[in-house]
Amino acid sequence: MILCKFQKKLKGASGEMLLDVKFSLKKGSFTVIYGESGAGKTTLLRMMAGLISPDKGNMKVDEKVWLDTPRKFELEPQKRNTGMVFQDYALFPNMTVEENLKFASGSKNNKSHLEELISITQLNALRNRKPSTLSGGQQQRVALARALVRKPGILLLDEPLSALDHSIRGKLQDYILRVHKKFNLTTVLVSHEPGEIIKMADHVLVLENGTITKEDKPTAIFTKNKLSGKFQFTGEVLEVKPEGVVTILSILIGRNVIKVICMEEEVKTIKAGDQVLVASKAFNPVVQKI
Amino acid sequence: MEWGPLLLTLKLAILSTFFLVILGIPLAYWLAYTKTKIKPVAEAVISMPLILPPTVLGFYLLLAFGNSGFLGNWLNEVLGIQLAFSFTGLVVASVIYSLPFMVQPIQSGFSNLPDNLREASYSLGKSKFTTFSKVLLPNIKTSLLTGMVLTFAHTIGEFGVVLMIGGNIPGETRVASIAIYDEVEALNYASANRLSLVLFVLCFAILLLVYLINNGKRFWR
Repeated sequence: MILCKFQKKLKGASGEMLLDVKFSLKKGSFTVIYGESGAGKTTLLRMMAGLISPDKGNMKVDEKVWLDTPRKFELEPQKRNTGMVFQDYALFPNMTVEENLKFASGSKNNKSHLEELISITQLNALRNRKPSTLSGGQQQRVALARALVRKPGILLLDEPLSALDHSIRGKLQDYILRVHKKFNLTTVLVSHEPGEIIKMADHVLVLENGTITKEDKPTAIFTKNKLSGKFQFTGEVLEVKPEGVVTILSILIGRNVIKVICMEEEVKTIKAGDQVLVASKAFNPVVQKI
Repeated sequence: MEWGPLLLTLKLAILSTFFLVILGIPLAYWLAYTKTKIKPVAEAVISMPLILPPTVLGFYLLLAFGNSGFLGNWLNEVLGIQLAFSFTGLVVASVIYSLPFMVQPIQSGFSNLPDNLREASYSLGKSKFTTFSKVLLPNIKTSLLTGMVLTFAHTIGEFGVVLMIGGNIPGETRVASIAIYDEVEALNYASANRLSLVLFVLCFAILLLVYLINNGKRFWR
């Protein structure tokens, strides 16, 4: 269990703002901090990592105190059991991929863990390359692996995918989900993409002007009418094609394009490029052993 | 050809650059990351030699280093070091005089590095010192090189400060720039010409080397 309570005056583009939040995260949960830019999402994440000091606050991780401003106690970022992935990767340009990871592991060189991370993030072929020669998606994979070298309990991701294009995003989301489950991490992701959030998170904090205004499951926040559907996917509408009484939607889900028949009424507001939720009630799915 | 003044100039430039590397890096690091309110004052003091006439700086150093000055008196009495009209004094004066040429490029090198690099290193459990030596310093190599070359070249070209604090003692404080002035005054143009040509070629060669290295980035990355 992670308990956080932070207060800090911020100087943003729209003048002064008070960041004032209180929340708790379950161990092993995947939480997304969602909000407009300038709402204080990144600041919040950096406070958890200890990179920014709040004016007032408390933070407790599994009964261990990380922050207690009334008693003037603040655990240094070095001693926090967190792994951080930055929006612009922050790889050390003077080191190769492998050196970046080895630097993180330091004297406690756990080789098998390092190799495991390299294989999960598929960095084997890139290990001797310098970051400047890698694509954005490759760099972010290195950053993800590097953040996990020290076996953190908490993984903090600051909009790690926002600079990447759509196809690479999906792949990286899968990597993140895989390590989240494999290493039993408590993960906090800053994101403003509903599709991404519904795919990845089990808990969403909505941050508006420095305060948490909503806190719920992603589907409850992003779908207006609650569905009892058992299968849910998010995707992007590629084409809306009216065919007499019905309309055929082509939707890209992951890497698959599916065609869905809808009534004209239902799709009046939907156009190509929209992010949509596709749900089905599960009374007769086909199940096949593979 | 008299090699003495040239060798002395090179010795002075090498020693000054060496001490400035040791002094300049921590100073630049502090200036780049400090949040203290006296930072503008510190920056102004360090940058003074950029605009102050060398004679003014030399004059004050002479007052301070001379045996009647407090500092010079103390150094002479306690440590037995004579700064005025000595080679040691020249090195100290050069270090002060060239300080901004070393500190400014390194400071801007540090400031231009993304903050994320430091933060990433901290969040990976690395101390400030490890972060400094393994992450920050290796990534500002070009700034370091620029600082070193600028101070080296600046020390070679030093004249006013040297004249004020060092005088013109052969083998001790008679560096090339002073020797040239001396020869010209003695209407010894041929000798002045030889020395000047050597300095001219040397300075060009140093700068050419820097630009070659900077253009062929592979060398540094």
